[in-house]
Amino acid sequence: MIFALAGNQNCGKTTLFNQLTGSNQHVGNFPGVTVEQKEGIIRKHSDAVVVDLPGIYSLSPYTKEEIVTRDYLLSGKVDGIINIVDATNIERNLYLSMQLIELGLPMVIALNMMDEVRANGTSIDLKALSEEFGVRVVPIAAAKNEGVDELIEAAISTVERKRVPKRLDFCSGAVHRAIHSTAHMIEDHAAAAGVPMRFAASKLIEGDEPMLIRLKLSENEKEMLAHTIDEMERELGTDREAAMADMRYTFIEGLCAKTVVKTGQSKEHERSVKIDAVLTHRYFAIPIFLCIMAMVFWLTFGVVGALLSDWLEMGVAAVTAAVQQWLINFGTNPVLRSLIIDGIFAGVGSVLSFLPIIVVLFFFLSMLEDSGYMARVAFVMDGLLRKIGLSGRSFVPMLIGFGCSVPAIMATRTLSSERDRKMTILLTPFMSCSAKLPIYALFTAAFFPEHGALVMILLYIIGMVLAVLLGLLMKDTVFGGNPVPFVMELPSYRLPSPKSVALLIWDKVKDFLTRAFTVIFVASIIIWVLQTFDIRFNIVADSSASMLASVGRLLAPVFAPLGFADWRAATALISGFTMKEAVVSTFAVLTGGNLQVTLSSIFTPLSAFSFLIFTLLYTPCVAAIAAVRREMNSSLAAAGVVLFQTGVAWAVSCLVYQLGRVLLGV
Amino acid sequence: MKLSELPLGTPATIKLVGGEGALRRHLLDMGLTPKTAVMVRKVAPMGDPIELHLRGYELTLRLEDADKIEVE
Repeated sequence: MIFALAGNQNCGKTTLFNQLTGSNQHVGNFPGVTVEQKEGIIRKHSDAVVVDLPGIYSLSPYTKEEIVTRDYLLSGKVDGIINIVDATNIERNLYLSMQLIELGLPMVIALNMMDEVRANGTSIDLKALSEEFGVRVVPIAAAKNEGVDELIEAAISTVERKRVPKRLDFCSGAVHRAIHSTAHMIEDHAAAAGVPMRFAASKLIEGDEPMLIRLKLSENEKEMLAHTIDEMERELGTDREAAMADMRYTFIEGLCAKTVVKTGQSKEHERSVKIDAVLTHRYFAIPIFLCIMAMVFWLTFGVVGALLSDWLEMGVAAVTAAVQQWLINFGTNPVLRSLIIDGIFAGVGSVLSFLPIIVVLFFFLSMLEDSGYMARVAFVMDGLLRKIGLSGRSFVPMLIGFGCSVPAIMATRTLSSERDRKMTILLTPFMSCSAKLPIYALFTAAFFPEHGALVMILLYIIGMVLAVLLGLLMKDTVFGGNPVPFVMELPSYRLPSPKSVALLIWDKVKDFLTRAFTVIFVASIIIWVLQTFDIRFNIVADSSASMLASVGRLLAPVFAPLGFADWRAATALISGFTMKEAVVSTFAVLTGGNLQVTLSSIFTPLSAFSFLIFTLLYTPCVAAIAAVRREMNSSLAAAGVVLFQTGVAWAVSCLVYQLGRVLLGV
Repeated sequence: MKLSELPLGTPATIKLVGGEGALRRHLLDMGLTPKTAVMVRKVAPMGDPIELHLRGYELTLRLEDADKIEVE
């Protein structure tokens, strides 16, 4: 038995999904959070599966989410629909219900947030609502797990008894006549195409192109359809789309007038308006936002995350030491020991120490997101980002990028538009991540001791300026076409439920650990092999003779126009691919101690600056690339990002170095 | 009058939703249908987008899209 869980965004759908299945999925207030299809087995009913559909407002054929939902509901795989409706926002939520009813599948309505409704003194006549709609209505409070068992009972018995919605007609007059004559005409086509007749007729009246193609109407029938619609439009004095939307909302308004008795304003809504008076204030909104983000970053990178990272690092070091001791006692071959300790433990361990930072960052971000604040950030920052062809929703991932590209790229999942998501993923790595700071610190101390801060700020600005320029370029080329309109609901502020936050964090931990022990594991072994052996696979005594160094020598000439054709610089950059901190540690190993002196023999201040720009811009680390591959679901795209970023880095560094040479007269 | 020109906090009624394609359909689906009561609650710090109040909830849209909606 397969249930489809359908509903608007921000109606508690993901919370209900978690309650139904006990599975792990992110709960979001930020519109568009559920892009992928997730399914789970309903608790205590091993034969019942529920599929979480994207949060949508209508079954129109325009957005990817709506098309996914339609196709799935029409696929014949679905035995029943659980339609979740936010009772505090019932008018707009029932608009989707009316379209779902037309599908003629067994259906129940889960009326969510009934606890809030009751607390506000509003009463909803559930019996009347159920009778008017011809669909069983179950009151629930998903966040408190109230009514969920009853909902499961109702859903399963509805499917077992094949109780389809009893009523299909919600309209009268011209729309009614148009739908009926159309339904009559397309009956055979709908049966042949496997589409519910009533749904097909409504969609044809609305001007739904995919439906028109699917039904394969004859020219004659198309003409008759056009005639029917003309007549309806003339009679109503409005066009087909507005007529249908108006018909549905008019019915819902009448229904709500009969069944919903409001005694006062919703407390949650009033509270949200009050909070917004401050948080989206004309002048205070941006300073408050900056303060909140500064707090989050400080707590993550400065306090909690850093502390936990230190502990984890100590733990990893202790385990490493213990394993090493055991391997020595056991008399293991030194090469194998080096592979395990210097390769795997060092590689995986160093990445593992990022785990707490990422978990803490995601904790704060999910609090901001689930509370409804991120939608406000998108509202406040939209003006800035639309200039580069994106919307306010892309702001958050880019901001996280200053901390770490990995969670930033993962955060793009909250963007509902594919185009915006890809573009944001491509631009996010230009926000200088925190792992590059040690490189900046080393070089500014060696070459620009007087102007260290200035050089660092300049690097951050160069990254952002390039992102803007590339955004402008991509807007009109690769990502041309129509950006998705920025029409977004600002949901009421709500306290995220501890359960959903815990599930989200567990999800991130699992995700990160999986990556650490797959991609990073393999990458660590490869790097170890490259720096331990020479080309003939003899073990090297000194890493300057290793394969890695040979590759470095081979690549060094490529960096000649950039001012640093040195094999050590090239090798450092290669190992920086595993993680950016490795650039510094590689220099340390390869120069054998006296870092600052050796550095000044390799670089001039100008070529050092050029090198810094290259490290700022070139390919993100393996972990970030793995994230790109997963989020874009394409290895090709991930490889593209590596080449693209490295190309941009080369070009900009070359430009800076050559221009600098001319200007400085070197 | 255009929705984009409606002063803050003034209640109005939607007369006509212009535009075409996905955007127009989305506006209609979100409940911006003729005869609906609507109010502009807020303008974003950079002057765009705006925040509307309708049908008991808050919706944000850009001025260029609000241009296509006639109110009275």
